[in-house]
Amino acid sequence: MQQIILSGIGGQGVLFVTRLLAETALELQHPVLISETHGMAQRGGNVISHLKIGAGFTSPLIRPGRADVFLGFHPDAMQVHGFYLKPGGRAFCNASPSDSPFSIDATSAALAMGSPVSANLILVGAAAASGILFCRATDLEKTLRRLGGQKTEINLLAFRRGIELFQGAGP
Amino acid sequence: MTKRILLGNEAIALALAESGCTMATSYPGTPASEILRSLVELRKREGLKLHLEWSVNEKVAMEVALANSYAGRRSAVIMKQVGLNVAADPLMSAAYTGVKGGFVLIVADDPGPHSSQTEQDSRLYALMAKIPVLDPDSPREARLYVEKAFTLSEKYQIPVMLRPTTRVCHARQDLEWPALSPTTKTALFEKDPTRWAATPRFRLALHHQLNEKIAGISQEDAFMPRRDDRGTGGEEPSPSLSVADRGDLCVVACGVSYAHAREVMSDLGILHRIPLFKVPMPYPLPQAFARELLRSYRRILMLEESSPVVETQFQARDQVLGRNSGTVPAAGELLPEVIEEILRQVLGMDALSPVKTAAAPGRRPTLCAGCPHRAAFFAIKKAFPKGIYPGDIGCYTLGLNLGVVDTVLCMGASIGLAAGFYHAYHQSREDAPVICATIGDSTFFHGGIPPLMNAVVQGARFVLVILDNRTTAMTGHQPTPASGVTLGGAHVPSLSLMDLVRACGVRSVTEEDPYRIQDFLARLREAGEHVRSPEGGVAVVIAKRPCLMDRRHQQNWSPVKVRVNEKCKSCDFCVKQFECPALVPQGEKEPVRIDEGLCSGCGVCVHVCPHGALEVAGEST
Repeated sequence: MQQIILSGIGGQGVLFVTRLLAETALELQHPVLISETHGMAQRGGNVISHLKIGAGFTSPLIRPGRADVFLGFHPDAMQVHGFYLKPGGRAFCNASPSDSPFSIDATSAALAMGSPVSANLILVGAAAASGILFCRATDLEKTLRRLGGQKTEINLLAFRRGIELFQGAGP
Repeated sequence: MTKRILLGNEAIALALAESGCTMATSYPGTPASEILRSLVELRKREGLKLHLEWSVNEKVAMEVALANSYAGRRSAVIMKQVGLNVAADPLMSAAYTGVKGGFVLIVADDPGPHSSQTEQDSRLYALMAKIPVLDPDSPREARLYVEKAFTLSEKYQIPVMLRPTTRVCHARQDLEWPALSPTTKTALFEKDPTRWAATPRFRLALHHQLNEKIAGISQEDAFMPRRDDRGTGGEEPSPSLSVADRGDLCVVACGVSYAHAREVMSDLGILHRIPLFKVPMPYPLPQAFARELLRSYRRILMLEESSPVVETQFQARDQVLGRNSGTVPAAGELLPEVIEEILRQVLGMDALSPVKTAAAPGRRPTLCAGCPHRAAFFAIKKAFPKGIYPGDIGCYTLGLNLGVVDTVLCMGASIGLAAGFYHAYHQSREDAPVICATIGDSTFFHGGIPPLMNAVVQGARFVLVILDNRTTAMTGHQPTPASGVTLGGAHVPSLSLMDLVRACGVRSVTEEDPYRIQDFLARLREAGEHVRSPEGGVAVVIAKRPCLMDRRHQQNWSPVKVRVNEKCKSCDFCVKQFECPALVPQGEKEPVRIDEGLCSGCGVCVHVCPHGALEVAGEST
């Protein structure tokens, strides 16, 4: 069982990453329950996804102080939604400059790749490599391929870039 | 059967298709918009036979779907909660006439509110109209309830309301994906003037019949409240009322409040100790259930959103802890943490440690980089600097951030309010400001035409800017009556805003691209002159430029590369007055920076900087 908060700004692809994690969970035979932000906030306001993986959940929302994992796609994310993380929970954040072993500058890395919209997948790649997620990086890669679409190749590149960045920055 | 992760709204769409629904009509609005959109995709993929339409507004949507039901075919009308205010008229009457083919009214409520003007509880409309309402707790249950709603509707020949909330519509859950088969039913309208054309003489009889229907429905076993203290999520609750055990406290919950309460009670270890009842159909509430609870429990905690609908149907409320007793907050979403706090308080448990909240206020939403509305708003502010700006509902409500939206009431109200402001000032003051209202194209079609006719024939004078981006942008780019094509792909007349405005009696109508900001300003100033001239009246300027985010429109302009030159005084005028997300302030002494990733190359900001520090550096690559 894992409760994950994904926080970012409308337009950053938080919904896509939520879907990526949820489809991977389903592939691993875990039930999923999600709550997403739609509507006006998607025009550049703060957006949040609540993702609950495993049996036994009935509420689509995570209570404050109960998230096992926090993924922050925007430097403000921890300030705005960090209160969902439980004591001892693990966070992985997009920060410029990277200020901890559990943060990377995904925005700059995405720009360097020539694909500013890929910061979301770079961050998830790094988070997966750090081992804080319910699944392995290879599981997520498999889902990315399965979801397909025109952006599959660039998505995979960005995801792997995230893994490399974590391995380069980590111990 | 395979499993798929479905959005609540997708689950509802799937259930409509599974139930043999032959028509669904809707007007877009968060949190309901994805239901019809998903049906359009399903129809295409599965070759289903059903009529789907984005109607011009919710009232029309309901009337169109009602006729399909009168003709014996299963029908659904879909809207957000404030849309039901618009459609309340046909609903009240249809409760009396009843229906023939199953008729499900799907109304998505928005406690919070997240994307709405109000937190209104549509179940109160069910009470007023005297129609049953079902309150699902999850995407899975919303799907189950659709077929049940059709069956109930056909058995009693009555409209049935399905009332999901944001947390059901925008939740996702893994669900079984069925094999769908196209079905259809032949239309047959059997004339019966005493019913379909009932005059007041027959209406009393229909009201008696309606009362009998509601009494019967309240006894329906399929919708009896259920006790549910066992198992884990996703199971059908135990099928018995079993109020046998008596005690101090029980909890009664509806909709997603039930889903939250169940998980919180499980975490607190009280799920097996405190009876938890779920009410699938908040109205009509079986009175036997209410009486039995009152006999069996000293205290009844009632958790429901957003109004005390079940609570109020308890005829004796001394034992009921809810919104009327002040136990449950009178406004705001019943989040799981709020429910936990209430439960702890009622049970005399330790309170939660002080509520943690956001350490920063977060970002407000803003118009996209390159949004043509931003250019129009900037020009309006420049043309009518001390104006009164009635605004309306859509993306362009975000003109608020630019200080060019002074009022937001409901769909189409910008025009009625503009006329009202005119008369208020005209009657009482010499120094009346210019009134400049803004409304989007879809909102104008939805509710702008009657107030515009009214303004003209009552002699009001104001400038109306119709922000025509050729789509319903905020809710996901649904077509408008100007699109010229149906959801099925058939070509139909494309309505002209220009012609409509002229037909409303407006004599000054112009059209201009807001990207051509100097020309657009000139049109606004001419409109202002028309308003003030002796023979003047309402003047309309149509700001015509397709939404940048709508991929159906070809980009018919050449993006430019804008650069910041040495004249930048770091005054942040552009950041504050234009608020383009691609203009990034760098602090007091640093020149503003252009975020290349966000910049659309519209080049409008070049006309915004008072120092000439933003300049075109060539065509964008």
